[in-house]
Amino acid sequence: MRRAAILLLALFLAGPVAAVEPDEVLADPALEARARDLSKGLRCLVCRNESIDESHADLARDLRLLLRERLVAGDTDAQAIAFIVDRYGEYVLLNPTTSGSNLLLWIAGPAMALGGAGLAVLYVRRRSATPEIAGTALTQAEQARLAEILKD
Amino acid sequence: MIVELGHFALVLALAVAVVQATVPLIGAHYRWQRWMAVAEPAATTQLLLIGFAFAALTWAFVTSDFSLRLVVLNSHTLKPLIYKISGVWGNHEGSLLLWSLILSLFGACAAWFGGNLPITLRARVLSVQAMIGVAFMLFMLFTSNPFLRLEVPPFDGNDLNPLLQDPGLAFHPPFLYLGYVGLSMSFSFAVAALIEGRVDAAWGRWVRPWTLAAWIFLTIGIALGSWWAYYELGWGGFWFWDPVENASFMPWLIAAALLHSAIVVEKREALKSWTILLAILAFGFSLIGTFIVRSGVITSVHAFANDPERGVFILMILGVFMGGALLLFALRAGVMEAKGVFSVVSRESALVANNLLLAVSAFVVFVGTLWPLFAELVFDRKLSVGPPFFNMAFTPFMVALAVLLPVGSVLAWKRANLAQALATLRLAFVLALALGALAWTMQTGRSILGPVGVMLGAWVILGALGDLWARGGRGAPVQRLGRITRLPRSDWGKATAHAGFGVTVAAIAALTAWQTEDIRVVRPGESFPLGPYTVTLVEVHDERGPNYQTSKAEMDLFRNGALIAKLYPEKRFYPVARMPTTEAGIDHRLLRDVYLVLGDPQDGGGFAVRSYIKPFVNWIWIGCFLMAIGGGLSLSDRRYRRAAGARRMPAAVPAE
Repeated sequence: MRRAAILLLALFLAGPVAAVEPDEVLADPALEARARDLSKGLRCLVCRNESIDESHADLARDLRLLLRERLVAGDTDAQAIAFIVDRYGEYVLLNPTTSGSNLLLWIAGPAMALGGAGLAVLYVRRRSATPEIAGTALTQAEQARLAEILKD
Repeated sequence: MIVELGHFALVLALAVAVVQATVPLIGAHYRWQRWMAVAEPAATTQLLLIGFAFAALTWAFVTSDFSLRLVVLNSHTLKPLIYKISGVWGNHEGSLLLWSLILSLFGACAAWFGGNLPITLRARVLSVQAMIGVAFMLFMLFTSNPFLRLEVPPFDGNDLNPLLQDPGLAFHPPFLYLGYVGLSMSFSFAVAALIEGRVDAAWGRWVRPWTLAAWIFLTIGIALGSWWAYYELGWGGFWFWDPVENASFMPWLIAAALLHSAIVVEKREALKSWTILLAILAFGFSLIGTFIVRSGVITSVHAFANDPERGVFILMILGVFMGGALLLFALRAGVMEAKGVFSVVSRESALVANNLLLAVSAFVVFVGTLWPLFAELVFDRKLSVGPPFFNMAFTPFMVALAVLLPVGSVLAWKRANLAQALATLRLAFVLALALGALAWTMQTGRSILGPVGVMLGAWVILGALGDLWARGGRGAPVQRLGRITRLPRSDWGKATAHAGFGVTVAAIAALTAWQTEDIRVVRPGESFPLGPYTVTLVEVHDERGPNYQTSKAEMDLFRNGALIAKLYPEKRFYPVARMPTTEAGIDHRLLRDVYLVLGDPQDGGGFAVRSYIKPFVNWIWIGCFLMAIGGGLSLSDRRYRRAAGARRMPAAVPAE
């Protein structure tokens, strides 16, 4: 009954609604905290690039209500998310999964860090192993120092 | 008439740029003095012509000339004057004109102040700079002409996007463009050096001030944008990992890396080819940012109007400049032999680590930003990459950077003594640990993030101070202080900028960990508790602004029964653009902000009210401005003021 009332209210509310409305907030603070956390990771599908937690759009409100409904019904976080992904597709996830090709996305940074670190170590070791280039007995800093001394 | 003159000036500027892009380049190749000498007057002329075109467009906006398409789309007679002016660059076409203006300004500065550059290098730099100018002016004239007229002018305009009608945002784009475009100067220097086939300490010294200037402007631009998002978008976020934000953040990271590697080139003649590569990539990321913002291939909160044709044109510019420069790099990089030799424990190695971390973090942002596009094209997966990804994938590299920074900055050049360096930092480390522990005990059972962030930030800040203190040498504190005040400005700049980074790190962690939020329905006259405060909604009334309607709430903020602030959060509606905006009521304090947002009226009476306490939030931007100030101090260092004085300082340019 309450759910029907909320949905009706959502349908008839004209104009943009602000993010998380007071009437959406669940009575159980632990459940509400979970809902807030989860909704930060779900995309508002009609907005440019906002989570449903931040969005003012009606659709975001519907999603927030749906999410809370699933949590109240006893879903775990994963179940609730899976329920929404089933309906709206992977696009709704702001935190991309690590499945399939997305693995590339997740390992790109660490892989580059490791590769880069390897190259950097090689470079630094080579620099430290190279003897001073023949012909320039003085390093530049020494030359500068020399110039200073000679000037004084 | 003025508008037509502006249009004509723009076409003339294109012609001048074509001359500047070719004649000096040929002259430099054959050592023809007179051909090379064309560059300087050409750069000045180009600046004057584009400046005139820009002034003409501004005139059209200020006088609300609705026969001009751009003015109709982005202005309105009732709009306040300042936003009429900022409307010039609050759109795609006008912002391109601003971009070109700044490009020619940088070119002209290089012509005016580059008197001490070797004559061939200067000719080549100016010529490469003009090539970029040619590309952007062609882009403007063929796909995005700001000077198009309408056959039947309407009586009034469509108004500027109300979100952009804000002082913070009025000056956010010019700073960002100064940064983006400033990196074109580093690019031009890199390409010119590749053509010359010669990179030495003097080159490092010339290119660094330009990069530093660009980086300072980017820092200010990004900070202004983030500050605007904080108070304007209505839920107090400061960074959203939006593609457009990332577009400005990637060049910032690469420019930060470039700043540091250019020091190694200047002081030690090592890392040369890497520095050249960074200079090319930094501008490449600026161009990619332009592509992201203007092509509309990636959905974002603040992308300009989407037009595939423009996207293709920008991709072409990107392809030509990056392809050309990288090809040149591949051919010539071998010529640049490193000279400086350094041991594994040295400032040089630390700066290599700094470059690695900054480059990798820029790469993570890059991959995350473009992944949705890539996944859709290649794997046919429609997915999103949002803040949770960036927070997890990007933050570890910043943490590593913050951990290493103080150690790296006290290591000696060439061959350092790690134990000695660590001894300098012992006090900083102990104090940072103590502050972290203090934060840990003061909070009750919340995430570990806050104390760790405070500790990291304190470590970086105290490390910077410890470095300064150690530079004071030995002796009585008074003597040391005396010596410290006489240190070169670049040392002060380094300490200030590094401390600024620490401040921002600590503030972001503190805000994320300790923010409190409250959402409820409040009727006029009611009060509610918010942390240690009591908030009273006195009344809500409707008002009329110059070009909007507003519901304005009057809210009182009490602490222990004493009124400490009256706040006026608003909900505005801009009828011409048919857009609502929220204006938060914020009580700014150094240690926390109280942030009140007025929501919609509720059916049973009363209003939805959202309230936040945001601890240390202002320090995020204070840290950014410290970084910018540090950059400014460094830029004003004696060696750059004379810098240019490479000729008078033969010691800095070893004969080859």
